[in-house]
Amino acid sequence: MWGILGRRAVDGGFSASSLRRMRSGLVSARSYAAGSKEMTVRDALNSAIDEEMSADPKVFVMGEEVGQYQGAYKITKGLLEKYGPERVYDTPITEAGFTGIGVGAAYAGLKPVVEFMTFNFSMQAIDHIINSAAKSNYMSAGQINVPIVFRGPNGAAAGVGAQHSQCYAAWYASVPGLKVLAPYSAEDARGLLKAAIRDPDPVVFLENELLYGESFPISEEALDSSFCLPIGKAKIEREGKDVTITTFSKMVGFALKAAEKLAEEGISAEVINLRSIRPLDRATINASVRKTSRLVTVEEGFPQHGVCAEICASVVEESFSYLDAPVERIAGADVPMPYAANLERLALPQVEDIVRAAKRACFRSK
Amino acid sequence: MATSFSATLPLHGSQENRLLLPPIRLAPPPSSFLGFTRSLTIPSSRRLYHAHAARRSPVVGVQEVVKEKKVTNSLVCILITKEEGLVLYEDMILGRSFEDMCAQMYYRGKMFGFVHLYNGQEAVSTGFIKLLTQSDSVVSTYRDHVHALSKGVSARAVMSELFGKVTGCCRGQGGSMHMFSKEHNMLGGFAFIGEGIPVATGAAFTSKYKREVLKQDCEDVTVAFFGDGTCNNGQFYECLNMAALYKLPIIFVVENNLWAIGMSHLRSTSDPEIWKKGPAFGMPGVHVDGMDVLKVREVAKEAVTRARRGEGPTLVECETYRFRGHSLADPDELRDAAEKAKYAARDPITALKKYLVENKLASEGELKTIEKKIDELVEEAVEFADASPQPGRSQLLENVFADPKGFGIGPDGRYRCEDPKFTQGTAQV
Repeated sequence: MWGILGRRAVDGGFSASSLRRMRSGLVSARSYAAGSKEMTVRDALNSAIDEEMSADPKVFVMGEEVGQYQGAYKITKGLLEKYGPERVYDTPITEAGFTGIGVGAAYAGLKPVVEFMTFNFSMQAIDHIINSAAKSNYMSAGQINVPIVFRGPNGAAAGVGAQHSQCYAAWYASVPGLKVLAPYSAEDARGLLKAAIRDPDPVVFLENELLYGESFPISEEALDSSFCLPIGKAKIEREGKDVTITTFSKMVGFALKAAEKLAEEGISAEVINLRSIRPLDRATINASVRKTSRLVTVEEGFPQHGVCAEICASVVEESFSYLDAPVERIAGADVPMPYAANLERLALPQVEDIVRAAKRACFRSK
Repeated sequence: MATSFSATLPLHGSQENRLLLPPIRLAPPPSSFLGFTRSLTIPSSRRLYHAHAARRSPVVGVQEVVKEKKVTNSLVCILITKEEGLVLYEDMILGRSFEDMCAQMYYRGKMFGFVHLYNGQEAVSTGFIKLLTQSDSVVSTYRDHVHALSKGVSARAVMSELFGKVTGCCRGQGGSMHMFSKEHNMLGGFAFIGEGIPVATGAAFTSKYKREVLKQDCEDVTVAFFGDGTCNNGQFYECLNMAALYKLPIIFVVENNLWAIGMSHLRSTSDPEIWKKGPAFGMPGVHVDGMDVLKVREVAKEAVTRARRGEGPTLVECETYRFRGHSLADPDELRDAAEKAKYAARDPITALKKYLVENKLASEGELKTIEKKIDELVEEAVEFADASPQPGRSQLLENVFADPKGFGIGPDGRYRCEDPKFTQGTAQV
């Protein structure tokens, strides 16, 4: 039994009690006993960028509508007034151009935070993310590193159609040289964004539009301006012993709800919030699977060649003899996102899908 | 003197003259070297930078510089001192010998992959880069060997890089198309055309940011080199817009050698006069004879001074030609032999040599000594590269990240990169 990795240790030093509190808070109505503060993901991101900009004058923000409009999703609200137009740049609609400028500025020593209004638009700039940013440290043999952060909402929103709903986690996570992060809660958002801005390598930071307005409890420690989460470590949101459910971003919330439903039926599910897609925390995932013997992996993106496929491969390679059931993979439907609300609902994983998959995994061998 | 763009292209053939006004007719200079002569005394040369001026001679000179150096009784102005002349000559000879040696080494199998040679275009690289300081940046394309050499990267380092040896400037990890040198601020070497332009714009952005936000003393400029084919690419226009909008200290240098692999510039561009695209975005657009290092240098001086003073970007179109094919794998069948011969006759090195000798700036003997010295340098670089070892196995996994925790956590729960055996053995990540 591996049983290593003090799973408590991976979540940034949180105590068991706060973990439990957060767990119940996340699943239910998110308001409970007085004494804990709550923060929306939007405020968490805003405060993270604000603190990093004030700590290091080399950090600057660029993107469409980040300044005067206060941010397309208000993530950069107030930054223009505080830091001025020399550090918060409203760019023209030129993704390839301004992403390249950000990369060039990072080559020369600055620390840009480039916002894509959604990651769908990053496809117009993907050459710079991959070829100029991700590969440069390698091609130059370590002479030129690129301390840049590409951030923005990723994945499906509500009714925005096929061209605004794709999840890019799998695409970016397949590239060596990039670090890819996907926060879920406000604490994740704050800690991971601060870590990303301080990181000397290019980081793709995949947020989720529907999570921006959600409030999560946040500890005093997370509100500290030097708070940072380690890149490459997953968090166990809920401990369990029957089946491991791994997921990231918005699906963490769904997985936690599914875990509640499964608990009513006597199945104790362990929910892992990946937080970091590249590097993937294979150690935590495998340790969990070796404990529970069953895996259900969930993501919002397209199924083929997705993050789930990678996790399944990793588990089959490393923990095959511990598995009691075939690995289960829940992903978005293999179609461009439809517009109609009922079709969109069918195209994305729902709580019922996760519950069904977990039950399938559990009853296979019993 | 062929100053007009269209007149130098035999491909135009019987097409109408594209000029709106006839070019200014000048009596031929005493020397056949196409150096600055009377064209510089046009009083309105400054206004030619702006879009609204009717097009006259596209080659504009720098009056003040010329006036200082003008010899009163001669029609030919000596634009450089002997030292400067020798530096320029040596740099161009280095570029030429190095590229010729690359061709030899490629056909002997020492060099592999894609190799794009710069023969014929040396005047552009030398003309611009020899005016820069070490802290100024240069961004180039895949045709970057000579840009790296002019910027100061040693011939040994470039040759070793091309051979794929660990002593190369990028330890063999970059290759022909990715010459990076932090020390000399050579920011690459990009394989995709147009990719270097936004990166260069970003480096220029950093200069401005350092001055305005970080309050540092920073006068660094960036020079971006790219070709005629790139000028049809969206990123080029995006960066012209933003460089002019933010008034960045950058010089966009178009090395218009008329051919993008086998695609003629005239076949692929609706308006082939690239310098005109500068004024459309609010920056000066200049056309210069890129086979003449002195002309290029004069235009470069003006553009670099503009940038250092904070007046913003300049677009310089250098009409030049590559004597060899697009790359060493290109059979080069589509280009007309007559066109090649015409440009071979305008070889920038021969022209500079003639200028130096005729204006008594250097003797044949001195120039021969330089050529010999460079030959030895290039030979030595080859020997050095040959003798250098290939990169070790463990180098495969190095330098992916500046902070290598990006390789994640190993089965023992610690970061993989903290394992001392991490980069040894096979590439199991």
